[in-house]
Amino acid sequence: MVCKHCLSKPVIYFPINSTQLCKSCFFRYLESKVKKTISKYKLIEPKDHIVVAISGGKDSLTTLSFINKIANKQRTIKITAVLIDEGISNYRSKTIVDAKKFCKKNKITLKVYSFKKEFGFTLDQMIIKLKMKPCTICGVLRRYLLNTKSQLLNANKLATGHNLEDESQSVIMNQFRNNVEISARMGPITGVIINKKFIRRIKPLYLCTEKEIGLFAFLNGFISGYHECPYAEQSYRQDVKDMLNNFDEKYPGTKYSIIQSFLEILPLLKNKYKSNIRLKYCISCGEPTSKEECQACQLIKKLK
Amino acid sequence: MARVYIDKEDRIITIAAGTVRELLQKLKIPSNTVIVTRNDEIIIETEKLNQKDNLKIIYVVSGG
Ligand code: SF4
Ligand SMILES: [Zn+2]
Ligand SMILES: [Zn+2]
Repeated sequence: MVCKHCLSKPVIYFPINSTQLCKSCFFRYLESKVKKTISKYKLIEPKDHIVVAISGGKDSLTTLSFINKIANKQRTIKITAVLIDEGISNYRSKTIVDAKKFCKKNKITLKVYSFKKEFGFTLDQMIIKLKMKPCTICGVLRRYLLNTKSQLLNANKLATGHNLEDESQSVIMNQFRNNVEISARMGPITGVIINKKFIRRIKPLYLCTEKEIGLFAFLNGFISGYHECPYAEQSYRQDVKDMLNNFDEKYPGTKYSIIQSFLEILPLLKNKYKSNIRLKYCISCGEPTSKEECQACQLIKKLK
Repeated sequence: MARVYIDKEDRIITIAAGTVRELLQKLKIPSNTVIVTRNDEIIIETEKLNQKDNLKIIYVVSGG
């Protein structure tokens, strides 16, 4: 078995068409896929200031490495890496090491904001205090910090490491639970430019599989080992993820098809739910919200 | 019998399998969730395995 382009030793096998690629052809393939996504959906434009949300995991460091490469060529693009330290002992402390190492090596500005410093408690402490599911608290407060800090840094875009798997899981979850309106707010780029409070979110790895990203990170030595959040639970998403992985194993290309057909209908969905998006601002912090007071402020109040 | 280290579980097993694909099937691990190495070099699903191979299964799906 050899690479389909150059006859070298392969590092990845694609069951969808029974072909394989060697390391350098795989790097070229992945970079071209990410670049195509970026240009097709206009994710990055000259003079952008992009905050790249990183956790120290494979997805976010791969995202950062591609965006950094682009910014090094197009000097009007500015990037800042932002890491949210939730305060999860035995987990985040390990991935932070990988994140810092990466940014130092590539001379990228890294800002670290912690739950402890911003809200007074670590996530570990909040869970005991609030008696709520860890991922709910974690997700709400992390999103809040990413948005407010991006504004503070004067960024106009926020890049995340979301990949084909995350997105196809969300599409299926929203179908299964009859939540298509939520799907209308998804896609490779989200948010509209109305004012400074709306940072557009971009997902350069939108069409990349976890295997491709994991392999890229492994071959580049981005990550030091397997780290899993101790709170990652057997959730609905996890069940959908296992189901899709097993199904995709049996019928290669399934996840890709889910996303391709989703992208086909996305403009129609966006159009249909356009008028439903009423913009309100949180009475406590002024951030955009769908309720009177945003979820983050409600949580922060409970902590006091 | 190959010696296989599974990073997610941090354990070593010994198992007989003809190819990487067969190995993953025996362990019920979807091949789209892991990469497999032999002497720290990546091998793909179709690769034949030898007796006494030292393998690693590295998870690429993450939690959190
Ligand atoms: S698994 Fe839950 S608690 Fe852990 S980092 Fe992810 S969202 Fe936060
Ligand atoms: Zn090649
Ligand atoms: Zn608020």
